Amino acid sequence: MNPSTAGSLAEPTYLNHETTVRSWLLTRDHKRIGVMFLVLVISALLLGGVFAMLLRIELLTPGPTIMGPMTYNRVFTLHGVTMVWLFMIPAIPSAFGNFVLPLMLGAKEVAFPRLNLASVYIYAAGAALTVFGMVWSGADTGWTFYTPYSTTSPTAVTPILLGVFIIGFSTIITGLNFITTTHTLRAPGMHWSRIPLFVWAIYGTSVIQVVATPVLAMVLVLVALERVAGVGIFDPTRGGDPVLFQHMFWFYSHPAVYIMVLPAMGVITEVVCAFSRKNIFGYRMIAASTFGIAFVGFFSWGHHMFVSGQSTFGSGIFGVLSMLVAIFTAIKIFNWVATMYGGAIDLKVPLLYVLGFIFLLTFGGMTGVAVATTSLDVHWHDTYFIVAHFHYIMVGSVLMAFLAALHYWWPKMFGRLFPERWASVAACTIIFGFIVTFLPQFLLGNMGMPRRYYQYPSEMQWLNVLSTAGASLLAFGFGLIGLYLVWSLRYGKVSPANPWGSRGYEWFSASPPGPHNFREPPRFEREVHDYTVSEAPHVF
Amino acid sequence: MNEFFRQVLFLPEQASTFARDVDHLHYVIISTAMVVATLIFGLAGFFLIRYRRRSESQATRKVQTSLGWEVLFVGSPLAVFLAWFFIGYHDFVWMQTPPPEAMDVYVVAKQWMWKFTYPEGPNAIGVLRVPVGRPVRLLLTSRDVIHSFYVPAFRVKQDALPGAYTQTWFEVTRPGRYRVMCTEYCGLKHSEMWAEVVALSPEDYAAWLREQRAGPVALRDATPGAAERDEPLVPARLAMEYSAEAPHGELMTAERGTLAERGERVAAEKGCLRCHTVDGTAHIGPTWWGLYRREERLEGGGTVVADEAYLTESMMKPQVKQVEGYALVMPSFQGQLDAAEVAALIEYIRTLRGARRDDIRPGGPVYEPIDGR
Repeated sequence: MNPSTAGSLAEPTYLNHETTVRSWLLTRDHKRIGVMFLVLVISALLLGGVFAMLLRIELLTPGPTIMGPMTYNRVFTLHGVTMVWLFMIPAIPSAFGNFVLPLMLGAKEVAFPRLNLASVYIYAAGAALTVFGMVWSGADTGWTFYTPYSTTSPTAVTPILLGVFIIGFSTIITGLNFITTTHTLRAPGMHWSRIPLFVWAIYGTSVIQVVATPVLAMVLVLVALERVAGVGIFDPTRGGDPVLFQHMFWFYSHPAVYIMVLPAMGVITEVVCAFSRKNIFGYRMIAASTFGIAFVGFFSWGHHMFVSGQSTFGSGIFGVLSMLVAIFTAIKIFNWVATMYGGAIDLKVPLLYVLGFIFLLTFGGMTGVAVATTSLDVHWHDTYFIVAHFHYIMVGSVLMAFLAALHYWWPKMFGRLFPERWASVAACTIIFGFIVTFLPQFLLGNMGMPRRYYQYPSEMQWLNVLSTAGASLLAFGFGLIGLYLVWSLRYGKVSPANPWGSRGYEWFSASPPGPHNFREPPRFEREVHDYTVSEAPHVF
Repeated sequence: MNEFFRQVLFLPEQASTFARDVDHLHYVIISTAMVVATLIFGLAGFFLIRYRRRSESQATRKVQTSLGWEVLFVGSPLAVFLAWFFIGYHDFVWMQTPPPEAMDVYVVAKQWMWKFTYPEGPNAIGVLRVPVGRPVRLLLTSRDVIHSFYVPAFRVKQDALPGAYTQTWFEVTRPGRYRVMCTEYCGLKHSEMWAEVVALSPEDYAAWLREQRAGPVALRDATPGAAERDEPLVPARLAMEYSAEAPHGELMTAERGTLAERGERVAAEKGCLRCHTVDGTAHIGPTWWGLYRREERLEGGGTVVADEAYLTESMMKPQVKQVEGYALVMPSFQGQLDAAEVAALIEYIRTLRGARRDDIRPGGPVYEPIDGR
């Protein structure tokens, strides 16, 4: 973890200016906090991935394969909980947002450094409670905790509910911190129209986090209260309404999809510009569509409930509003591709992930339009088509953007280059593996295989086998990435300050940055990603 | 064309009036999705080659967006999406509005079985018999958690909620047997909660119904017994006192109702009712109606009286004394049924007899394979 011992960097970096364990655990440096989050979310990804592999192995045969139905039900719950709440929601904002957002704004720190440190520990405490719940008994409710099953299941749902509840505070704090930082700590020269689009994405995400997360917190507490004290909010025998939970849950959890996807889109925008060596096409449209998605995302939760018995008219309204999300997403996709027009494109590893991202998002988004079409959703609701759809759009985009960000900012974070060839092999494996894993699941959904199925009709077997084969490729790809990244920390080539020749503002600092980000306060005198001038490498 | 797309997309057969219309929109949207994804990706690929980087110091000119392009980018997909939406919504309203002449069937879901009750009286677990060419309205509710009634071949799905009734409807277009599955996760045996819709020609259906009116099933009441009605669920705090390792589905149902009622649940949970009927009709296994103390002819000669001993032996070692005329398909339940469950099953089978047994034609043809399938 100490690349600058190579000697070529005389300046102290944030990594080596103090090296005690205490200096890491009590740090208020946003960069160190970002790195701590990175380690935590990658651990969560690993845990969730192991669960995913177990599920896919179990589904190799129509009947029991390696575990009983109870174990299977627990494993898919833990896979969902881990991936959604421990990985996808915090992954990009908490890890990369923390690291690069102040750099992009030319700030020395985030607005509330101590709160920022608290958010790490709150996340860790919530994650620990959730993992404790898994080890102790393991909920079998699915990550959606639908009542009344979740209020009656004898497995340990409560610790997991409380764990997720606690993680919510970390999310809210992080969001508040980013909003305040963006408003108050911009360097001279940074007008609102010059703010990097990654920052806009994180800013939009933060607004959703601050507004929506309290609703999730409420509903989780209500479920916990119903379990522990038997209050009749959701239990029909006590006068409650089981569907009320779904309304409250999706009021948060649908926008939560955009908590995951918007930062991913921000990363993609940065990477597309850097490797196409082009200004972004339609800066205002991309920023505006971010807020369009954030806003409309709050009014489309009912598309999860077309067959729940809600009114036909209500389903229609929610269907139309869901289509609008697709429109805002389409704007972004068109603009990313248009950005490549007239560029000087270098197909490096981060751009490979961008291509994967664009493919998965387009396909996932179009299937999203399909499931927003009310009559079609009746057949697809709660089948593997939905599983495939949300893996494409949510997991596909978060994963692709996470890996793109990891490779794009790796030299910035650790001052080392990763082996390009191995990284390309891994990227192709991952993208191909992803498609092989989830494309068959669309077809399984068409055939009518319901989700969360431990057993399935035998005519569906070969598609399940294909899906498991894809999952194995994914696992192999991740293993490869883990190996060469860890290797590069010690043996990788020392990176120049701006290895990609990017015009992103974060590259104005050294790589890795010093403890206070900039030696002298930067002035931003050009637009972000303005490649019309060839800029001499100048590090503030 | 329809058949080609249906098979390429792995869609199940189209056995209801809406299936075909729903599928047509499906083909349009999925094909468009593929074409658009290919075009976008192709364009990106073209730019990748056309504008590849030639030197490290290459500068690029600034391309700014013009309003016209952006309006085109936003307007054209919006128009297409809205058109799809309105076609789909038109179908959806159709699917959500049962015609007034529809016949009603009450559907009660519970962990992990479907129970169908006809206003005329008969009821059945796991098999819903309906006439072809007549709208059927289902009134669904649940006894415990949320379930979802799904018939892939009909493109129909509706949640069954505890404490509320929801409705859906369909009209089957050809006789056959169609799979029903539960799609809302409902606990341990969610993936085993299957049933069957048996679509009969109107004549066969009328005959079946006539038989049922005179027959045994009408005698049994499909509404929950008093003991069950008062205790639809074991609350979590009570269930938590049991070992979390034990499959909790048993906990939720075990303490409820009489022994015979428990036997009925065990029969549904263990899948007995997939092969054995309780109303006298022939199926994969011998019917349970009137089975108790009946004299059965065995494969390979001899007879046996179906008493407690024989019934238990048949559950544990079905191959030893095989009833004549049935294939050896029953698995052994050794180790899968505990003593209490066996007792409950036998008690349930004992109750399946009545004064009007003679009204049942033995080996009735109602549940025969239909339409050469």
